[in-house]
Amino acid sequence: MHRLYLDHNATTPPSAAVVDRMSAVLSQEFGNPSSVHYFGQRAKAVIDQARSEVAALLGADPSEIVFTGGGTEGDNIAIRGVAEALEPTGRKHLVASSIEHEAVLNTLKAFARRGWRTTLVPVDQSGIVAPDALRTAMAEDTALVSIMHANNEIGTIQPIAELATIAREGRAVFHTDAVQSAGKVPIDVKALGVDLLSISAHKFYGPKGVGALWTRRGLRLQPALTGGKQERGRRAGTENVAGIVGMGVAAREAMARMTTEGVRIGALRDRLETSILAHVAGTALNGAREPRVPNTTNISFDRTEAESLLIALDLEGIAVSTGSACSSGTLEPSHVLKAMGLPVHRTQNSIRFSLGAANTDEDIDRVVAMLPAIVEKLRSLTRTPVARRL
Amino acid sequence: MSGGVDSSVAAALLSGQGHEVIGLSMQLYDQSGQQSFGSCCTLDDLHDARRVASVLGFPHYILNFERQFAETVIANFVTEYASGRTPIPCAHCNSDLKFSTLLARAQGLGADYVATGHYARVEQAPGGRWLLRRSQDGEKDQSYFLFSLTQDQLARAVFPVGSLTKPAVRAEARRIGLTVADKADSQEICFVPDGDYATFVASRAPSVRAGAVVDTQGQRLATHSGVHRFTVGQRKGLGVSASAPLYVLKIDADSGDVTVGPRTALDRSSLTVSGMNWISREAPGDWASASAQIRHRHQPATGRVRAIDGARAEFEFDAPQSAVTPGQAAVFYDGDIVIGGGWIE
Repeated sequence: MHRLYLDHNATTPPSAAVVDRMSAVLSQEFGNPSSVHYFGQRAKAVIDQARSEVAALLGADPSEIVFTGGGTEGDNIAIRGVAEALEPTGRKHLVASSIEHEAVLNTLKAFARRGWRTTLVPVDQSGIVAPDALRTAMAEDTALVSIMHANNEIGTIQPIAELATIAREGRAVFHTDAVQSAGKVPIDVKALGVDLLSISAHKFYGPKGVGALWTRRGLRLQPALTGGKQERGRRAGTENVAGIVGMGVAAREAMARMTTEGVRIGALRDRLETSILAHVAGTALNGAREPRVPNTTNISFDRTEAESLLIALDLEGIAVSTGSACSSGTLEPSHVLKAMGLPVHRTQNSIRFSLGAANTDEDIDRVVAMLPAIVEKLRSLTRTPVARRL
Repeated sequence: MSGGVDSSVAAALLSGQGHEVIGLSMQLYDQSGQQSFGSCCTLDDLHDARRVASVLGFPHYILNFERQFAETVIANFVTEYASGRTPIPCAHCNSDLKFSTLLARAQGLGADYVATGHYARVEQAPGGRWLLRRSQDGEKDQSYFLFSLTQDQLARAVFPVGSLTKPAVRAEARRIGLTVADKADSQEICFVPDGDYATFVASRAPSVRAGAVVDTQGQRLATHSGVHRFTVGQRKGLGVSASAPLYVLKIDADSGDVTVGPRTALDRSSLTVSGMNWISREAPGDWASASAQIRHRHQPATGRVRAIDGARAEFEFDAPQSAVTPGQAAVFYDGDIVIGGGWIE
């Protein structure tokens, strides 16, 4: 079966150049970057190269890039690092949007258990945080505001520059999780006006297990891990050299392709979305059409269990996703769609399609050709109760 | 696929016969933070099921049935105990979840049948009627828990291990190299792994009736904290001391009275059932000879059965039976063929 991958917000396949370069580094640059000798210097050099490439993707200075173990780790280092650094000042209030990734939401919950106050900024059906809503959420002792750049489930882009200004006016540190926007849309940390920004390599054709956290120079950050002095003391532990190099290659490729790929994938996404909404009865788009990352669409299928639709599509060779999966891999109602105020049934009947580099016009045709019949079958059968006696 | 050896081998057998197999597991309660909640369908069990599917080379999915399980099986379990009856959640799970919601989902995915690891056999009689028969392994037979399956449900049910014995199933699992070959059997009631039904029910039915333990003359012998702590036929934990052993004879959930008496007072010569499901035949208007099994581990007793109306039936034992327990099932057999069954009133 020819399998079609439409779940690029979950992860992307590493590009050929990434795999080649990582393979070469794994076999040839085995040195420990902290070592003084030749081997250490070579490893250090390839990391520095990658640091420049990742910095370029973010419009940042290489010295401000900390390599991490991925998006979740970046979010944790940022929030915990700032909160713990500010704890002695008596600022014990954290703010995030209600549509953040679990990496942010559950970190806030951890601080709530330690006696911090936390506020989640609501969103409306557009899935976009209104600046006024953040103003309302701010308090005298707000230490940090964390609002994602692009949402992973619906793709909407938040007005980060405006939100960061509000945080700054309240003397709070601003962090943004840019895991879903990095490599898809241009990012300039200075234009955004944020203090911290985390990204993850495997969302833009790099390897899993590596990410980066950009921190504004001079920002006080308590290290999350205690250990050696790697990454300027902000992330102790011997560097994942091959992973970091792979991330650098992926960042460079993303920069080079962003404009053309954004247009191409955006057109595919729009055609997929328009066709589904036109040809499958009882469908509706979740969240605002714009501003949005170009590869993502999230659609409700009335009278359909998202769980069944996802499985039925997988059995036909089409890989899609719903919002979030729980520990066993079953589906839970999406907290993002819930936060947007959608009725319960729409939080359980929505499917996310997230496109990527390998997708073509033919792929879209195939989904559009297949989907109406699959949805109809599910609707007719899952709603027929089997005769039963108690 | 529960992750146990029976459903794993059932899947392996079908896969080996060339059928297109889709593995489905049901997540029945919240797994977050639960390391050892149940004896069945825990996170580890679901992972076992996934590994089996991966080894056998077919897709596997976990369906989230937490809400449905709570609304059908657990709600009924709590209500029954709080009403002074002794429920069988497995039977409800089979007819109201596995061969209802799960079957409908499977059909939506294009499946023609739902196979499980139950020890029972389904056959089609010459007239087209679907028959439910005891399994090859009499010790493991689970037909008692499947009595409430309708003809429509039986027509879609496949029990691949029903014609095998448990040792043969384990041997087959070892032959294929399944890691679950020597996994322990699951307990009867998966959502109360410690067996403490009373605490489980009390936490979900806080208004459950406390009352008195009384003798057959209505004389008060002791007080108790809830009718859900008792089952007809129970001897231990009555909180009464007497010269001869006392047994629970009757539970009145409205007054809270639990009547106790000597073992001989437990004998019944007949019973009636509601929710009667006829399988091997239409409802007999006249008496038909049969044997009745009145709980899971009960040697069927001979007698005769007849329909009272569309939903009820009565059974007369040739010799009186002890502890006919309301809420349990009475399943009527003709040899190893299930005639039908219902819930003891």
